[in-house]
Amino acid sequence: MPHDHHDPLSPSGHPYRQDNDEPLSYWQMMEIAVRELMIEKGHLTANEIATQIDAMDARSPADGAAVVARAWVDPAFKARLLDNAGAASTEMGFDIGPLNLIAVENTDKIHNLIVCTLCSCYPRNLLGLPPDWYKTRAYRSRAVSEPRAVLREFGVELAEYVTVRVHDSTADMRYIVLPARPAGTEDLTEAELAQLVTRDSMIGTGVPRRTL
Amino acid sequence: MGGMPAGPIPMEGHDFSLWEKRVDALLTLCGSKGFFTVDGLRRALEDMGEEAFEKYSYYERWIASINQNLVEGGHYTLEELGTRMEEIRVRGQTYGDANHG
Repeated sequence: MPHDHHDPLSPSGHPYRQDNDEPLSYWQMMEIAVRELMIEKGHLTANEIATQIDAMDARSPADGAAVVARAWVDPAFKARLLDNAGAASTEMGFDIGPLNLIAVENTDKIHNLIVCTLCSCYPRNLLGLPPDWYKTRAYRSRAVSEPRAVLREFGVELAEYVTVRVHDSTADMRYIVLPARPAGTEDLTEAELAQLVTRDSMIGTGVPRRTL
Repeated sequence: MGGMPAGPIPMEGHDFSLWEKRVDALLTLCGSKGFFTVDGLRRALEDMGEEAFEKYSYYERWIASINQNLVEGGHYTLEELGTRMEEIRVRGQTYGDANHG
């Protein structure tokens, strides 16, 4: 490939945001300055920052999907997950940290939706960093006042009889949706089931795929 | 802003750039080391006023808040910050250049 070729989309399907070759911004200068000062004064190390970024990069919605798939195939695990989502996830080897994690279950009569109206609290230890739209004013404002309209924008059309429950996250209390297992998936393995579980289905703005 | 009227939800996303990931890492580490809490982060964010939410990006607001909390906590002074930012400004034209100084 020629070296002057720039792929317009990243592997995740998003346009690359220029970072290292754009004119240096005021806030980038501030980030460098804060980081350098904190390192020089012995409050942090460069290694701690790099390790933290690696840990963050390693997390993805696949972690949450593994937890959901386990709950779909193992009723005892599902009961533990709904009782204490943090402890149940830790059982599977996921580091949840000190935050309280609550799993809320979707059924044929209840659909749960997660938002953080204050900021961007999100079950990042199981899903990675939140998508941009989760942090927008539009989502945070409207998720609590007209959730059904918001869901329609995401392509989720709910029957009138389905109750929508919106959960407002806080710094200490995060939620994750346990989506309903799609019908007709009885023959799938746990690993295959996990592939049906999308990120948005664990936020409540989507539903799982029906087929692999 | 919960409950306020707002337009359609913008669905486009972007991959986080290195400086944004570093801001995120700084916040997590400052929290786990007890330098300040997420409540401190929020207090400084909300003190910025509504305009800041229109004008600045998500991680721009975060680094401003992190900085304010660290200065208030006495971890470094505003003067040290200003001096350092000036040094960084002359290192290069881009984030990559300035970061290697």
